[in-house]
Amino acid sequence: MNDETILLSHGAGGERMARLIAEVFVAAFDNPTLRELGDSAVAPIEAGRLAFTTDAFVITPIFFPGGDIGHLSVCGTVNDLAAAGARPLHLSAAFIIEEGLPLADLKRVVASMKAAADEARASVIAGDTKVVPHGAADKMFITTSGVGVVPEGVDISPARARVGDAVLINGFIGDHGLAVLCAREGIELETPLRSDSAPLAGLVARVIEAAPETHCLRDPTRGGVAAALNEIAERSGACIELEETALPVREAARGACEILGLDPLHVANEGKMLVIVPEAQADAALAAMRRGRYGEGAARIGQVVEGPAGRVQLRTVLGTRRIVDRPVGEPMPRIC
Amino acid sequence: MRHLDEYRDPALLRALERELAALRPAPVNLMEVCGTHTMAAARFGLRQALPEGVELLSGPGCPVCVTPTREVDRFLAAGAAPGTILATFGDMLRVPGSRSNLERERARGADVRVLYSAADAVALARSRPERQVIFFAVGFETTAPTVAMTLLEADAGGVGNFSILCAHRIVPPALKALVLAGEVNVGGFILPGHVSTIIGSRPYEFLAREHRMPCVIAGFEPTDLLRAVLMLLRQRAEQRPQVEIEYSRVVKPGGNERAQAVMERVFEVCDAEWRGLGMIAGSGLRLREEFRRFDAASRFGLLAPDTQDPPECRCGEVLRGVVRPTDCTLFGNACTPEHPVGPCMVSTEGTCAAYYKYRPSPDG
Amino acid sequence: MCLAIPMKVESIEGTTALVDAAGTRRRVNVALVDDVAVGDYLLVHAGFAIAKVDEEEARRTLDLLRQLGDATS
Repeated sequence: MNDETILLSHGAGGERMARLIAEVFVAAFDNPTLRELGDSAVAPIEAGRLAFTTDAFVITPIFFPGGDIGHLSVCGTVNDLAAAGARPLHLSAAFIIEEGLPLADLKRVVASMKAAADEARASVIAGDTKVVPHGAADKMFITTSGVGVVPEGVDISPARARVGDAVLINGFIGDHGLAVLCAREGIELETPLRSDSAPLAGLVARVIEAAPETHCLRDPTRGGVAAALNEIAERSGACIELEETALPVREAARGACEILGLDPLHVANEGKMLVIVPEAQADAALAAMRRGRYGEGAARIGQVVEGPAGRVQLRTVLGTRRIVDRPVGEPMPRIC
Repeated sequence: MRHLDEYRDPALLRALERELAALRPAPVNLMEVCGTHTMAAARFGLRQALPEGVELLSGPGCPVCVTPTREVDRFLAAGAAPGTILATFGDMLRVPGSRSNLERERARGADVRVLYSAADAVALARSRPERQVIFFAVGFETTAPTVAMTLLEADAGGVGNFSILCAHRIVPPALKALVLAGEVNVGGFILPGHVSTIIGSRPYEFLAREHRMPCVIAGFEPTDLLRAVLMLLRQRAEQRPQVEIEYSRVVKPGGNERAQAVMERVFEVCDAEWRGLGMIAGSGLRLREEFRRFDAASRFGLLAPDTQDPPECRCGEVLRGVVRPTDCTLFGNACTPEHPVGPCMVSTEGTCAAYYKYRPSPDG
Repeated sequence: MCLAIPMKVESIEGTTALVDAAGTRRRVNVALVDDVAVGDYLLVHAGFAIAKVDEEEARRTLDLLRQLGDATS
């Protein structure tokens, strides 16, 4: 293909688009179902319950330290499936591309998606391509959907948190949101922080195997750990208490948060999974996480306690308690 | 992190708490007058660590909170001119004007940029010579010198497409107005740590000398705050009101003379309106004649509109420490961080936002 | 407007310095502070250094606090 940039005609349904699909998408994702290029992808269904999720990704910049929009989109969808206790199977990817995007950028993004999908042992079997005029989209938007199967006996739900449960997480919080914010806002903060974008299906499978009574799983993306736990607390009618001294935050992330006036609990993560599990299986769950990839820094960060339903609170370094609310709006650097 | 973590040492905190408890202080209201102190106290649940009867009130120390509605309206009006870039600190995004705010105007197509430093606004102006960059200069004496430096740079560099809407306020006159109003029973002030790195301790001396008010200039870490409370309570017990510096590692009695000089060079003192306190003589800063061409209000003919604060909003009384946020009927229902009525709820540091966000758990 | 944190000077170039806190670095204007040297800790607010951390005073403060700890425990 001679074209160096994406043009409107690449989305017009004609010759150019057919070539783009063949030479970029099919070539990269490379699986028999996709190669069929039917109007719908057809695949066999396993017995069990279907998990189905969809997400749109509109991140700026599209390339950031530790990842890119493609890697993010596949991991995000895979992790949503994993959070339901499902084994990810098939993904779709719809692209809305801004006219003028360098072809090399598109290829780079697609290669990232392939790598993430391979790691998650899922494949992209369906897709769509649209090209919009310059200015109508910010480089590229990706919408991914995914299906998976929830094995028999697995009952993971945000409504299942119970008093006495342990609250665990697989590693450092705040890296992704900070890495992207610093890259985007041009605040000229040089941090060694990189996005933690990662597919966690394998980690979740380990946890469920070691701790079959796991009650809740949630990936703390937008809104951070604060938003994710508030959702669980609300759905479960439970009170969750976190221990400030137990929160795993990298020194560099702490530094960036102090400088920008941000709360690490409010910052997005893309390679983290909150695990709420009965105390009796907490150690097993932790060990399972630490045993493999993306779980080396797994830690116990709190527990479900007696208290007002729907509340998330933090025991501070002073030993006092305060409430952890969802953040209001996009966390913005403040100088006050 | 060095010079930060040491001041969060739990062992030191325990010791301070024990020392405070041992004092058995008589009931008293202490007032902190810095928004960042409000946030820090709330973030660490400080009120719960104080002895019974020692109450911590929040005064008018949030420069976002005290920016009058009409200033926000003026800044929004400035954005109406085509080709204008409105540059602001992130804190100001959701501060309500009488009909809109920066966040909403951005959604409607206004070019609003959130910056971390005034210097970035000049850099932006340089990079976009065809646009007019107007910077919302909000802040106390901590920020004013940085804006002054920026103006000197713009002046030296002949950056003609840069201007500021000057809404700076200075702290000591507001404290004076507070004690003269006599409307609240305050037994001691926790004074703003970073403002004081600039102005030193001398501008507050009148509080101790003329009004017998105990004062301590405090840092922002938990040990700083507890130690400041301890120092205030000791001043009271020993009847020796003075201005002490708890934050001695960065605050000197004379302050930062260079910063003071640069402020003097660029700004002059003027009367200014404070939300909730009304007009306070000599409490604002405006550009000196020599730098008046950088004044956006003059350059664009921005009139101060006639604006009304919503009548049920009690931000004014909250700022004076006369009522608690929970005393306001709007608090927690019509007025929440999600949809704020007055700036006390909008600002991440506003008294009401801090109360709402960090309300103590019943058993905490 | 009071958010400011101590950051360590790594290098100085005229009126600016590269400062660091826990691995996060920023270029800040140091024209408001006298006698800045590499290794100093500066209080940084909105892209400017506004004061230097007095190591001696910091040490004294912590010593005082620690003595308090010993006395009351």
